[in-house]
Amino acid sequence: MKAKYVVQASVLAIVAGVASTGAYAAPSCGANPVVLNSYFETGFPLPTELSKEFTKQFPNVTFNIKEDLFQTLMENSPRVLAGDNPPDLIRLPSISDLVKDGLLKNLDSYATAFGWDKYPPAQLGQNRVADGGSPRGEGSLYAMGLNYSMTGIFYNKALAAKVGMTKPPETVAEFEDLMAKAKAASIPPIIIWNKPVVGLTFPLQNLMGSYGDPGAVNDWIFQRKDANINTPSNLTASQHLEQWIKSGYFQDDINSVDYATAMSRFIGGQGLFLFDGDWESGNFDKQMAGNVGFFLMPPGTAGGKHAAMSAPLTYGIGANAKNADCAAFFLNWVATNEEARKIDVAVGGSNPGGPVDLPLPAVTPGSVTEQTLNAGTTIAKDNGAMDFIANATGAIYAEAWTPTLQKMVGGREDSATMLKEVQDEYVKELSR
Amino acid sequence: MSLADSQRSGVVRSPTSVRGRAALVAWAFIVPAFIFYATFVLVPIGMSIYYSLLRWDGIGKAQFKGLSNYLVVLSESDFLQILANAFQLVVYFTVIPVAIGLGVASAIRNHLGGRFGATARTILFIPQVIPLVAAGIAWSWMLASDGVVNQALSLLGLGSITRGWLGDFDFALPAVGLIGAWVLLGLCTMLLVTGIARIDPSLYEAARIDGASAWDEFRWITLPGLRQEIGVCVTVTVIAALASFDIVYIATGGGPGIQTTVPGLEIYRLAFAHRQVGLASALAVVLMLLVILCVLPIQWLTRQPK
Repeated sequence: MKAKYVVQASVLAIVAGVASTGAYAAPSCGANPVVLNSYFETGFPLPTELSKEFTKQFPNVTFNIKEDLFQTLMENSPRVLAGDNPPDLIRLPSISDLVKDGLLKNLDSYATAFGWDKYPPAQLGQNRVADGGSPRGEGSLYAMGLNYSMTGIFYNKALAAKVGMTKPPETVAEFEDLMAKAKAASIPPIIIWNKPVVGLTFPLQNLMGSYGDPGAVNDWIFQRKDANINTPSNLTASQHLEQWIKSGYFQDDINSVDYATAMSRFIGGQGLFLFDGDWESGNFDKQMAGNVGFFLMPPGTAGGKHAAMSAPLTYGIGANAKNADCAAFFLNWVATNEEARKIDVAVGGSNPGGPVDLPLPAVTPGSVTEQTLNAGTTIAKDNGAMDFIANATGAIYAEAWTPTLQKMVGGREDSATMLKEVQDEYVKELSR
Repeated sequence: MSLADSQRSGVVRSPTSVRGRAALVAWAFIVPAFIFYATFVLVPIGMSIYYSLLRWDGIGKAQFKGLSNYLVVLSESDFLQILANAFQLVVYFTVIPVAIGLGVASAIRNHLGGRFGATARTILFIPQVIPLVAAGIAWSWMLASDGVVNQALSLLGLGSITRGWLGDFDFALPAVGLIGAWVLLGLCTMLLVTGIARIDPSLYEAARIDGASAWDEFRWITLPGLRQEIGVCVTVTVIAALASFDIVYIATGGGPGIQTTVPGLEIYRLAFAHRQVGLASALAVVLMLLVILCVLPIQWLTRQPK
């Protein structure tokens, strides 16, 4: 008997030893108290709600959360990651520069351990970066999405009825026809913001997807060799946008309208369409319940493929984070845990991603959240997901898109000059 | 030990050693302040000048680039427009507050002691105690397309000229300038009213007896009497214009286009958003030199004649 106990004890010790070195087990948060040092984005309750649920399920793990606005995050993240106490979990506005400086943990080993490498490749593509920080879209994995957002066009149902819109437009021409009818009925066709950074990149990039190959746009965003934004199809897209401006489809004052003002205008019923993302779906379902719909930007020709800007809500782990294993375990839990996926959709409004065999959480039938989630399926089918043109380089949004598109609104620049200036700035930034 | 003590004790100090001791005391006062000044002003200036010669993202490896950052700042049209914007702001930040301040000071000169004078001074000084960010936000609301400025214009039958002032290519910079003028008016008025109170009233009396007009009084008594105060006002407001940041950041973010982008805003963006520390430092050094170039002649011109 005694010998049997000794053998059992030895086996237990070996198992415990293996577990503690992590040689065979997938990384986890263990059983000891862990405080995850977290740096989240102000104004987005999703990560905090997820952290609460995580602590409920794993009581030994708590979160020390610091929050900042997106722009502040963007400015602080290199220094915070390079500091003495780098975050275990950090919201990352962009990852290329951080990878270049060796500030982010390479997640390849976690991808293998948790089976992320078996997710649809497009899901992880935007968070892959080649050695040296560019191009993006290939190489090692440096971040994961808490969810995957989708953009398109929200519309006010009551105003849509007034202009005789019974179903979403199927071509850009039909969409333009609806805008013309709205304008004629003195209903502002499109609500948009254009300050302090421009919102016109939303319709512009959607038009680029309608008239050209979304893959080529991604090549430009990911800084692939010789990529160019100034192409004939993008010029067609820009000319449509310029025509919309000239036709008065946007309000005159958009250069002085910020995001919050645009939101309150749309929610207040002051315009028919709004170009925006599914992160607002939950908000609209509450504030405009039953009176808001969503459709993807229609293709240039009937029966064509759909394309949309779609990006992960990117979170990474500091290269020298103290609790990297636990942070990776959390990221895996977000994508796979049933309760976490429910929170992801209910609070975040977007597709939770994760393994293909997991079902999407149920949503209220007829809600706009349901429509945006379904739109994600269409985009996946049409292989039409594009990252944001504002993310091509760290400075391209503020230095090129914002001033040039504001100039186009002010009648100071035409679409051809706008595209040329953006490409010139892109080349200049990549050469610095 | 005083000089008398040392004489009593038979030790006679030479004047040189007394001077040496005085110098020692002077150094004892200067050194602590100098250490702080050097640590927080001189060393950072030196570091900025050094950074301006690099290509560096603030974290990774830096490359020495010589004067190439300065060449970019002084040759690219966007940077030149940004510097020109700052000089345009001088017109609003300096000329308007000083002119109105002089007018107000002259107007309430005879009522300084009374309740009216005190009330006027308080009202005019209030903008000075409001944080610039708060002023920027409040004015952004007022200048929005549905803000009170446009409501007032519509009431006056001028609805056709209403617009989103801060997003308009022609009016954004003047609108930002007016916000700055409003903020700085209090400081200028306060300084000038205080200054005018120091001018001997008998000068005005004598001028009046000699038949001088109000303009003559202003031209020959008030203006020369306020020379130093005007110097301070102009110096402070010119620096505020050239180094402006808060109001522009809040009200327009530098837009539309780069119509209201000023060096302070661009330095901040380059260093922290775009991580081009070298270029940001070069622009900062150029801005510092421009401020010195503008302020030194003002100081020289407004110095009290000896």
